[in-house]
Amino acid sequence: MKKEFTITVYAENHIGLLVRIATIFSRRKINIESLNTSPSEAEGIHRFTIVIDETEEVVRKLARQIEKQVEVLKAYYNTNDEIVWQELALYKVPTDEIAEKVKVERLLREHGARAVVIRKDYTIFETSGHREETDKLVEVLAPYGLIEFVRSARVAIIKDSKGFHEKLKEFEQTEPVEELVENEFLDKQDEVFSM
Amino acid sequence: MSTIDLAKEKIAEAPKEMITLTGSQAVLEALIAEGVDTIFGYPGGAIMPIYDALYDYHDKLKHILVRHEQGGIHAAQGLARSSGRVGVVFATSGPGATNLVTGLADAMIDSTPLVAVTGQVFAHLLGTDAFQETDVINITSPVTKWNYQVTDATEIPAVLAKAFYIARTGRPGPVLIDITKNAQLQKFEYAGYQKCNHVRSYRPKPIVRKAFIEEAAALINAAEKPFVIFGQGVILGKAEKEFKTFIEKAGIPAAWTVLGLSALSTDHPLNVGMLGMHGNYGPNVLTNECDVLIAVGMRFDDRVTGRLDKYAKQAKLIHLDIDPSEIDKNVKATVGVWGDCKETLPLLTRLVDTKIHTQWLEKFREYDREENKEVVAEELYPSTDILTMGEVIRNLNELTNGDAIIVTDVGQHQMVACRYAKFNQSKSNITSGGLGTMGFGLPAAIGAKFGAPQRTVVAIIGDGGIQMTIQEFGTIMQSGVDIKIMILNNQFLGMVRQWQQLFNDKRYSFVDIASPDYVMVAKGYGISGQKVSERDKLKNALQTMLDHKGSYLLEVMVGKENNVFPMVPQGCSVSEVRLK
Repeated sequence: MKKEFTITVYAENHIGLLVRIATIFSRRKINIESLNTSPSEAEGIHRFTIVIDETEEVVRKLARQIEKQVEVLKAYYNTNDEIVWQELALYKVPTDEIAEKVKVERLLREHGARAVVIRKDYTIFETSGHREETDKLVEVLAPYGLIEFVRSARVAIIKDSKGFHEKLKEFEQTEPVEELVENEFLDKQDEVFSM
Repeated sequence: MSTIDLAKEKIAEAPKEMITLTGSQAVLEALIAEGVDTIFGYPGGAIMPIYDALYDYHDKLKHILVRHEQGGIHAAQGLARSSGRVGVVFATSGPGATNLVTGLADAMIDSTPLVAVTGQVFAHLLGTDAFQETDVINITSPVTKWNYQVTDATEIPAVLAKAFYIARTGRPGPVLIDITKNAQLQKFEYAGYQKCNHVRSYRPKPIVRKAFIEEAAALINAAEKPFVIFGQGVILGKAEKEFKTFIEKAGIPAAWTVLGLSALSTDHPLNVGMLGMHGNYGPNVLTNECDVLIAVGMRFDDRVTGRLDKYAKQAKLIHLDIDPSEIDKNVKATVGVWGDCKETLPLLTRLVDTKIHTQWLEKFREYDREENKEVVAEELYPSTDILTMGEVIRNLNELTNGDAIIVTDVGQHQMVACRYAKFNQSKSNITSGGLGTMGFGLPAAIGAKFGAPQRTVVAIIGDGGIQMTIQEFGTIMQSGVDIKIMILNNQFLGMVRQWQQLFNDKRYSFVDIASPDYVMVAKGYGISGQKVSERDKLKNALQTMLDHKGSYLLEVMVGKENNVFPMVPQGCSVSEVRLK
């Protein structure tokens, strides 16, 4: 059964790696729902957060293919209940609509929106949250002349993760060392497959 | 800090005396330090500085001028496969680089260690659609294990060191290094070459877990009908001896994939033959009867497994592989033993009981007898006047005693050669397995000879494949390399014709291919040869070919509409293998 998975990739920040990762999906005709690249908690290590809708079987194979790339240190995959995640959304609304209509102000307040820019002609609000939440605000603002809307990729933190610092030390050693099973979901046979 | 930076730092710390080199010279110094003696290549505008430097290195590096970059990379593959070393190919930017793509894809899927060096336009011209500029890094990303563009000469020693390390370690593969012309020309302070033995984000050698070795051994010891299937992993891991010891102690019959061929000598009593679409009868049928299937260094290609949902469902599966992404990819393993089989096989051998499975082995022999009666006898000793590919191979076996390196192209002749050629030593069967690249045979044979100069190299090629890379006759002529070219001419694109006969009601759509007079073409290139179509002249002709000093071409006219059997039709289970 397909469901939403979040893949977290720790990698070197090298030109060309994004293409290598993207083609792992496109080659199999799998659509990436959201992709974010950012620094990670470990210095010099880049972190990709990729969201796809697939079966666990497929996601496990994808994670292995990603991990096979020379520049990739580790790829984890998790279901939504194993992570905390957020997406950021920006909304551009005509200022006079907000000024005139009390209801709009209340709606924004209810959705926890914050004004980022206020100009005479328009105001930009931001919210963050899950997709349904940011989508909901689009819906309610539409009747009031929503001019523009944009949402960022998902950023996610794995609940059980202890961060990548320890792992990185291992990778920096010239010989592989035994490692703990730090994310059982990634690979139930992680003890065999540890690097 | 990237690995390259780390490596640079290391070099900076080294107390070596600095000398000034150009980027081009640094490339050649790297090749020498990595033990490269032969480069295949073709010059062009963007790689001219490297070729200019090469002019002064001709006593240390042999450069073989090919006639097409695809020929160059297949030759590098041939060298890698016959020698176990890293093959090297040079090409210029643009069309030179794109002509490498087929060879890269072939090397990627067949895990062949290569370093391809391509020239690139000046860095300041990147992205301007400059003359002969092409985005080779992005074009080749899916078909290389790693690739990198160098725009600054100071990076060259560390990048080349990393390239060779990645190409040859773990599951080997092709690496492409694209070097802009300015970096080739740039002078820099060179502090010597340091081999790479660690890349932070890359772990070629996994830990072998005792628990899984023990589990695997327990399964094997409890098995009554164990069956080993092996692939190129045994050869790439240089584990032929360890493999032989393992199957001999456990007394397990072993069958090979096309790329695993020659890892175990043909006449070994436990060698039960070939797997897959045109493999032997017993190995295919008994895959679905064994109780424990032990896969060593193979990846369950669809040509091996046939229909997956009917593949070895009754068996417990042990899968030994160095690449973790292969385990559970196509077939679910009961026990996955991730590791270098050079390490895992001896551990397993220690724990398995000494056994002989006489009755089980006899089953393979029974199927052999049937296959022999239905297929092999007529193929090797035909009752009609028309020559068969099989009898040509049989005659060749009798003359070479299985000591030759056999390089094949792709198609019917390839399957026949794999089925019937005899091998006494490893790294002797060189063919394009995963990609099925027609045109591979001739250039790969040239490379194979450079990789193993002491051995006889016989290229067996169809009348279709030879015409794809026939220009490499020029390379043979100019380099003086000694290879024996055997064209098995059935006047058809035989494998496609066979499928059209069996599955498309004999609608022979564009498989009727005309041939030039190959002997005359060869003569034009200064290569001796002859054409033979009668049985009584065949053996002598083969002997003449083998005895000839220098390259020789033998064209053998074989039956036009012969088919390769047994066959597991596409979409069928291995137990549905057909004998006719």
